[in-house]
Amino acid sequence: MTLAVRFQQVSRHYDAVRAVDQIDLAIAEGEFFSMLGPSGSGKTTSLRLIAGFEQPSSGSIQIFGREAAGLPPNLRDVNTVFQDYALFPHMSVLDNVAYGLMIKGVARAERHRRAEAMLDMVKLGQYGSRRPSALSGGQRQRVALARALILQPRVLLLDEPLGALDLKLREQMQTELKALQRKLGITFIYVTHDQGEALSMSDRVAVFNKGRIEQIAAPQVLYTQPATAFVADFVGTSNVFDAAWAASLTGQQQAFAVRPERIRPVQEGQDGDGIRLPTRLLDVQYLGAVSRYELEAGPERIISMVLPNDDAAARQVLTPGQAITVWLPAQAMHALAG
Amino acid sequence: MHSDQSDRASWWLRLLAFGGIGFLFLPIAVIVLYAFNAESSGYSFPPQGFTLGWFAAAFARDDVMAAIGLSLRLAALATVLALLLGTLAAAALYRRDFLGKDAITMMLILPIALPGIITGIALLSAFRLADITPGFWTIAIGHATFCVVVVYNNVIARFRRISTSLLEASQDLGANMWQSFRYVILPQIATALLAGGMLAFALSFDEIIVTTFTAGNEVTLPIWMLNQLSRPRDVPITNVVALCVMLMTALPILAAYTLTRGTEDIAGSGK
Amino acid sequence: MMTVSLPEGQTTATRPGILLRLGGALYRHPGLQLALLLALPLLWFMLVYLGSLCTLLAQSVLTFDDFTMSVSRELTLDNYRQLLSPANLDVVLRTLSMATLVSLASAVMAFPLAYYMVRYARGWQKGFFYVAVMLPMWASYIVKVYAWTVLLAKGGIVYWAYQTLGLQGIVDWLMTLPLIGGNSLTTSNLGRFTVFTYIWLPFMILPIQAALERVPANLLQASSDLGASGAQTFRHVILPLAFPGVVAGSIFTFSLTLGDYIIPQLIGPSGLFIGSMVYTMQGSIGNMPLAAAFTVVPVCIIGLYLLGARKLGAFDAL
Repeated sequence: MTLAVRFQQVSRHYDAVRAVDQIDLAIAEGEFFSMLGPSGSGKTTSLRLIAGFEQPSSGSIQIFGREAAGLPPNLRDVNTVFQDYALFPHMSVLDNVAYGLMIKGVARAERHRRAEAMLDMVKLGQYGSRRPSALSGGQRQRVALARALILQPRVLLLDEPLGALDLKLREQMQTELKALQRKLGITFIYVTHDQGEALSMSDRVAVFNKGRIEQIAAPQVLYTQPATAFVADFVGTSNVFDAAWAASLTGQQQAFAVRPERIRPVQEGQDGDGIRLPTRLLDVQYLGAVSRYELEAGPERIISMVLPNDDAAARQVLTPGQAITVWLPAQAMHALAG
Repeated sequence: MHSDQSDRASWWLRLLAFGGIGFLFLPIAVIVLYAFNAESSGYSFPPQGFTLGWFAAAFARDDVMAAIGLSLRLAALATVLALLLGTLAAAALYRRDFLGKDAITMMLILPIALPGIITGIALLSAFRLADITPGFWTIAIGHATFCVVVVYNNVIARFRRISTSLLEASQDLGANMWQSFRYVILPQIATALLAGGMLAFALSFDEIIVTTFTAGNEVTLPIWMLNQLSRPRDVPITNVVALCVMLMTALPILAAYTLTRGTEDIAGSGK
Repeated sequence: MMTVSLPEGQTTATRPGILLRLGGALYRHPGLQLALLLALPLLWFMLVYLGSLCTLLAQSVLTFDDFTMSVSRELTLDNYRQLLSPANLDVVLRTLSMATLVSLASAVMAFPLAYYMVRYARGWQKGFFYVAVMLPMWASYIVKVYAWTVLLAKGGIVYWAYQTLGLQGIVDWLMTLPLIGGNSLTTSNLGRFTVFTYIWLPFMILPIQAALERVPANLLQASSDLGASGAQTFRHVILPLAFPGVVAGSIFTFSLTLGDYIIPQLIGPSGLFIGSMVYTMQGSIGNMPLAAAFTVVPVCIIGLYLLGARKLGAFDAL
């Protein structure tokens, strides 16, 4: 396996703030890799370190085996799709897309021909002569994509590229981006704070928190086996049982997490490996296909349970204030680190 | 009753506003009027007749033409110097924060914030100390010094409106610093440069206070005017020259205004 | 759809050696970048401007010999002592009181204009007012002063206007008043005050306008919603918020009046201003040390003023 990008003990400090703190990372060629985390977690800084807009305070960054520290952005074989698209407002869409070729000294006719082809690929063939300001948000996003891809980079960096789009468009673009990545076969490194986006598109996801990486794993693993309480909570929602609470339930000082959809009201004759937890129903939120039930298992100990609304057993009885005993199956309980 | 009335100003506020504008333009109107006055001496009102004759007379005068030529050359040189220094300073300061930045900004503003007489006499004493004879170059140096801030203000305001990601995008697509400047920054600050240059030109063209100290025996157009004022003669010629000076300063101002008006959507980010 | 051939011009990107290495060095050392950009302007201002100011300051402690009319290198504080002589204090006070009056008058005249510009000027009026203030501000100073000598001259427009309106009596009476009056409008303090106010008025309008522009309209609605009358809103909301603009504007009116020597020379009674004092001292008399000491006065006054203004947040309105 060829490594596209490799971080070894990379840190980036601003005065006392550790934006990125001793990160190790290996991204394979052809991988769709997402960096997921809340704002200020270090994911964008990591991306900018790869692009070359920032320099590491310490550590080594390699791009295809070549040390990149000290290498200016214009000499790196990576291209970026910016969060605000960063389209040049004084140039036509076509000139925007052709910019990288112009810098390389490609003749005008040739670079325009290739820029047209690029625009066709992102389905904006007719828009070449327009100014970026005359395009919609989704169209600008495609132009930014075409502009970054025209240099045929081996790694494409995407910094929250869908953040400014509305929900429908965002879902459509997710599908298209994924298809594009498969077609081109190049490495995509995708920064987002939206866990749904990261899970649906990526081969692997790195979850960032406070300048460090909490877990790197495939989406399914991340969801079903979160390594830390942070991951359990940030990726989807989870009921986290801290060590003290866990001890009172299982007798072991081992924190664990259970997804809300894995919890069920105890059925008659329920047995097998698991825990019975007596609770009181606080509130029900109707969410369409499912409903969310807020349950109180003790003072300050609130868990949530999600049941499908077509579940007849669930629908009949549950009203706020009522006592319910729920079932936590053992195979749904995931031990957490720390 | 207050809020629904607020779309229209009361009559007295309108009177004050338009009266104020009238006050501001009264002397300008006077200059325009008297340049065409047929009378050859005195300022009596109303004027006695209309003539274009004094324009020909003024432009036939060697001292007037020499003064105009000198002022034009000075303003051009001061503008070029101010453009260079002001743009460099703006590029250095707009996105960085470092110790002493405020002091540098302050230093750029000082030559127009302090009374011109201080700048003038300071330069004069320094030139004397360095044994430099006042003349064309000393005037130009003085003018360039107080013109820098005009260019700086215009250019840095435009720089601040250029999203930093544009520069990063350019580098990301392979451009080095010079190419990024040439293809991304320059087209976007061009009108600001032009506007700043126009203002600097106007400022230099009609400056008098600093100039009287640094001019030596040179006679710029404003100094020519001042000499006329202290011992009045050739009144009609002075009137014509006054109109010319007024136009030479007013026209660049108008041009600068039209250049910078409504640029927000041009220079903004791609958003 | 993607074309996957390498561009033929790719090799041109690797331009030989030195530029590339310079680019790399600049990238790795942002400080170097800054130094390169700043070097020229900084050198210019240090050498030409600060250097000159220091020379000036140094001159102020040299000795001027009244008999030989020459400067010797003997250090002395005599020049500063001389500043405190009654005649020189008179000059300072005369200048300061004029500067104060001019600033106040400009503020009073500027406020309604600026207020109208911000609140009521719509469409074409918006651009019109802006240009109408900016144009007289930038138009030639010397020509504007000249225009006023024409306006105020005997037989000139102002003269004609009060004759026609039958106001001769009032003007004559004004001219008999102490401090304000004089032989004619051109040689009176009233005339000088008018010209000063005219020349610096635009410098007051624009900062006030900028400050008012920043008062959100919904604040005014909130105020009237809470039952304030128009006058109360003005007094308690608009005026306090616009005050930094007034202070910012007064920095200009004050500073410019303190340093002017051309208006006092051309219009108004005899009696020197700080500017004219400096001008005559260095010019016809050649007493550069005393002239230098005199320039320290406006520098100190403006310095103090700037400190005060900064506390009031006036710089945000610039």
